[in-house]
This record gives sequence, C-alpha cells and structure tokens, in this order.
Amino acid sequence: MNYKFDFYKYRKIYFIISGVIMLLGIVSLLIFGLNLGVDFKSGTRIEINIEQNFVEKDIRSLLKDAETAAKEQGIKDVDLTPSIVRQAGNKNGIAVVRFDQTINSDVLPVIKEVFRSKYGEQVDLIESKVDPTIGRELARKAFYAVLWASLGIIIYVSIRFEFRFGVTAIIALFHDAFFVIAIFSLLRLEVDLTFIAAILTIVGYSINDTIVIFDRIRENMKLNKVKRARDIENIVNISLNQTLARSINTSLTVLFTALALFILGGEGIKNFSLALVLGLISGAYSSIFIAAPIWALWKGKDLDKKKFKPQIES
Amino acid sequence: MIRLNRLLGFIAIIVVLTVLMIATIKPVLNNITLGLDLQGGFEVLYQAIPTDGQEITTQALKETAAAIDRRIDVLGVTEPRIEIEGTDRIRIQLAGVPDQDAARELLGKPAKLTFRNVNNEILLDGSDLVEGGASVDLDKIGRPVVVLKLKDADKFRDITAKYIGQSIGIYLDEELITNPVVNQVISTGDAIITGQETVEEAQELADLLNAGALPLDLKELQSQSVGATLGMKALELTIKAGIIGAIFVLLFMIFYYRVPGIIASYALVVYVYLILVLFWLLHVTLTLPGIAALVLGVGMAIDANIITYERIKEELKSGKSLLSSVRAGSRRSLSTIIDANITTILAAIVLYIFGTSLIRGFAITLIVSIIVSLITAVYGSKLLLNLFVKSNLVTNPRAYGVKEEEISEL
Repeated sequence: MNYKFDFYKYRKIYFIISGVIMLLGIVSLLIFGLNLGVDFKSGTRIEINIEQNFVEKDIRSLLKDAETAAKEQGIKDVDLTPSIVRQAGNKNGIAVVRFDQTINSDVLPVIKEVFRSKYGEQVDLIESKVDPTIGRELARKAFYAVLWASLGIIIYVSIRFEFRFGVTAIIALFHDAFFVIAIFSLLRLEVDLTFIAAILTIVGYSINDTIVIFDRIRENMKLNKVKRARDIENIVNISLNQTLARSINTSLTVLFTALALFILGGEGIKNFSLALVLGLISGAYSSIFIAAPIWALWKGKDLDKKKFKPQIES
Repeated sequence: MIRLNRLLGFIAIIVVLTVLMIATIKPVLNNITLGLDLQGGFEVLYQAIPTDGQEITTQALKETAAAIDRRIDVLGVTEPRIEIEGTDRIRIQLAGVPDQDAARELLGKPAKLTFRNVNNEILLDGSDLVEGGASVDLDKIGRPVVVLKLKDADKFRDITAKYIGQSIGIYLDEELITNPVVNQVISTGDAIITGQETVEEAQELADLLNAGALPLDLKELQSQSVGATLGMKALELTIKAGIIGAIFVLLFMIFYYRVPGIIASYALVVYVYLILVLFWLLHVTLTLPGIAALVLGVGMAIDANIITYERIKEELKSGKSLLSSVRAGSRRSLSTIIDANITTILAAIVLYIFGTSLIRGFAITLIVSIIVSLITAVYGSKLLLNLFVKSNLVTNPRAYGVKEEEISEL
C-alpha cells in the first residue's frame, strides 16, 4: 500500500518540538508557577460590569470612596486596596478587581452604589470568595481522578488492544494536559475552577482522538504481515494517512465551536475556551506526531528483539 | 429508479421528529434549571464547626440544613437549593434572588441565639431551644411577646433560680434583643422575650429564632454572587457563541460531505434537543461550563459521523456500489467509534467516582452526551442515510463527497 505523507520519518523533529515545549513549561512552572485565581489563593475577586470605557485610576479611587463610605456605616474589614485591576470584556467595559485580602460581603452594596453614582444604573457585580483549601482540594482530587482514569484506560486498552497502546495513549494525554498548563503558566493567564473542567475535557478528547488512530493501526496489523520494525513503520504511516482526513476534520469542527466560545462567549468562559482551543490543537498533534511514533518505536524494538533472539541462541 | 416507500419513510421520520421538537422545545427550555452564573444569584459553601466538643453527625447536618431552609423561607426565595456535601459541608444556592443583599445578610450571619449573664458568660444557646418552638403571644396588658420553649425545663429552672434578681440578656449574635430581669424561678421551660413594639416585629423575631436555632456553627468557605443582569448577559453571549459555532460545524459538514453531511447536521440538531430534554429530566443545573461542554459535545458527536463518512468514502473509492459502501462503511466504523467512546466513558466514570461536585457534574455531562451522541450520530444518522440511499433519489457519488476519477475499478 502507498501513502502520501511519511509521518514516521521526521519523528525526531516532533519529539524535539514537544520536548522543548515541555521543558519551557517546566522551567516556567518552577520560576513563575501558575497565576492562581481566588479559587486557589485566599482573597476576593470582584468583576464590575461598567459597560463603558474607564481608566484604572478611577476604579482605584472609587474603591477608596467605597471604603470610606463603608467605614462610616460601621462595616468592619473593608480594606479595599486591590492587588490587581484589569480591563476585560468585549468592549473593555468590565473591571476585574482582585484583592489579596478577604472582603466583608456587607461592603458589596456600598461598592455597587458608589460605582452606580459614577457610571449609571447598569453597573452590576460578580463577587467570588473562596477558602483556598477548597480549590486546592478540588485540584488535588482532579489530579488523582485523572491518574485513576489513566490506569483504567490502560487496563481497558490492554485488554481490547495491547498494553503498548494504552501506555502511549496516556503519554499523549499527559502531553496535552501539560501543554495547556505550560502555556497558561508562560502567558500568565489566570487559573480558576473552570480551568480544571477544561483540562478534564481535553483529557477526554485526547483519548478519543488517539484511540481512533490506534484502532486503524490494529486493523492494518491484522491485514498485513508484520515481522520487522520496518513493517511497523509502514503500517503506522498507512494508518495515519488513512485517518488523516478524519483527524483534521474532527479537530476543525471542535475547534470551530471552541473558538466561537472564545471569541464571542462572555468573560466567564474566556480562559476556559482558550484552554480548550490549546488542548484541541495539542490533542490532534500528539495523536499523530507523538503517540503513534512512540508506539511504533516501542513495538518495532520489541519485534526486532524477538526476531534476533532465536538467532543468538542457535 | 426512485423507490417511493423508502423516500416516504425518510421524509416521515424527519417531519414527525421536527414537529415534535418544535412543539416541545419551548417548555423544555423553560424548565431547565439555570445555574446562578446564568441567572444571577448567590451561593455559599459553609463548613460546619462543632460547638462544645459536639460531633458533627449527619443528623445535625440535616437539622442545620433544615434550619437554613426555614430561614430562607423568611426571605421568600423560591426554590432554594440546599445540599449537604461530604461530611461537614452545606452548600446553599439562591438563584434569581431579587434582593441579594438581604439574602447575604440573612445567610451570611448565622443568627446565634444566646442567653448571657451580666458578666457576658453564655448560659444557654440556640441548641437548648425546642426546634420551631418560638411563637408570638400577648402578655397581660396586650403587648406582643415572643415565647420560647426550652428542651430542658430543669436546666432553665436552675438557671433562673441562680440568677434571680439579676438580668439575663438575650442576644442574637452580638446584638442584645432584650435584657429581662429574672423575677421568679421558671420551671415550665418557657422563656419570654418582651420589648417588641408590634405583633409583626414579634413575629419576625419568632420566625428568625425558629429558623435561627442552628444546631451547628457555620464557617463560610466559599461564596459567589452574580448580578442578575450579568447572569443573563452571560447566558445570551454563550448561546449566541454556541449557535454561531454550531452553524460553522453544520456548514463545514454539508460542504465537505454533501448528502451525508446534511443528514449528520440534522442528527446533530436532534442530538442537542435530546441533550436538553435529558438535562431537564435529570434536573441537571445548566452552568456556563455546562453550556461549553454541551457545545463541545456537538463537536464530539460529529466525530462519529466523520469517522463513518470517511469509511464510506474509502469504500466508494475502492469501487463498491453506493449501498454496499454505506453498509460496509457503517459496519467497519462502528467498532472504532464504540472503542473510542467506551474509553472516554470509562475515563468519565472514574472521574465521577473520584471527583468532587464540579468534576462529577462535568463527568455526568460527558457520559450523557457520549451516550446520546452514539444514539443520534451512529444509529440515527445511519438509519436516515440507509433510507435515503435506498430511495435512489440521489445516486451520484459526487453527492457523497467522492469524485468519479477517485473511484478505482474493482
């Protein structure tokens, strides 16, 4: 059988590309860590929907006004000095304000009042405050859940296919999850609870994408005589070419929807959909350029070992 | 030759399904519970803290949840969601509250009733009261009073005996409500709070006391409040983004796969409809990430169709007839689709078993959407495609995405 693209030939290049990205990610995680939102760090986050352009300086001084007004009303714990003020939203009409300290909830109506008197009645707030233990507990549980899920996948794939498929599918899975985490660390994007949901979505998608390719490899293994590592390379190339249209088309359709959410969706799901977009790209890439070649290398080595063994013995 | 019975069957299925969907979509949509990020509202997660070395039992948690429920009743909020999470947590969700500040006021301060002596030492607290035992009465000269019932009449008798002639302050949190002087030893287990100006005021206090006798202390772990207009805006934006994304997917499918693409697009509409019906039946609360997962599910559902149609195209190119290509393509792609989806479902099940609420909600959405996508994208569109192909209405391979020159002779 013939094929158009020799995917296996340039495997070293893909491994180097992924290796460099992984390395950058590790370095970035070690130096900068992740930009944790209030879900993982104590403090309060307030999103003020102003619906018109504003300058950061005004936000800070209005918060000071609110603090004074709140103190006059006898409300305690009202240090309204923000650590970060950021403009967001499609028309830059949203002020995202982060406080490292926890803000007393009683002060919210006061803040709303002060901002309304300056920008009009349409001003509205989203406030979230989390004990950081909750977020960390969730992240830890999610991590262990993914580990257990990986084990389950390896077992299932080992039974239905073979052990090597299971392990390489999991390598691709962690590649994709880590890729997104690394990019978020490098770009200093805020990580909140929806980020965990995004990572889980990517995990599900990555597995799906890889298994379809492995399924085709398995089918071609049955149809062709496989004796040496060279035969394996051939089969991997044929299978990748056969499933290429599907890989591209599925990734494109999912990417359409994720991109639409990223560009047109509200502020609340911006980072969520960006994580999805990155994960989808990585998922499509890793199934073709990482999972399949690693499997071929591994399987090929094992085949050659088997082949040469009897000769040595005899 | 066109086979009319197949064509009519094909048309009948589509007409019946379409009418059914149009007729029921409105009530289904209206009855789906929206998360508070989509309709505005207020959510708190409390951690129960044992008072006086008392252990946190499921019973105590349930009682606390019930007390909170009564307190919310005072507010007049419709459909509050109060859930016990884990062994010591209570999550409260008040969606669509008109006055969020009042809600926060009422919930944020778990009103704790205490009886204190002049040295501010606590003699009795809310847990000594009979649940729901506060009522309004009028005293001899017709002034409204609040009557409280105590669980342990003897304990109250001892206290009144000890502090006779002194005042015992009744505090709601740190606020002194009334500071009566003990005139006599009370052995009936009834305490009376005077000093209410009107019957309404007395009733309000009685309601709050009935609701407020929380068996456990609560510490706020997490809270989120979303303004109502902001929630609505987020819903609008996400739905708009979802529809535009879906239209791109449909256009792509129709452009690339032609006739099968049209059928896949229709199956996709049915898929979204079924998912919404299931959300309604299973009382799934639709949140922002939930909508995102739904929209993403559209992409995943289309994958099954893409796998099948690529197979059919391969079969067509190998020179098989249209009908046998459709048959062979569907059959061969099925095991691939099943294996890929079982692996993902397996991952979702494990996530459900080991995850917390957010992960579980996500896992359920994933499982539901995979199962539904198997039904619509595999069996649904296969049935429709078979009927359509058998009707012989369109037989040109171009209409199935394959050019004549690509077909090799058998």
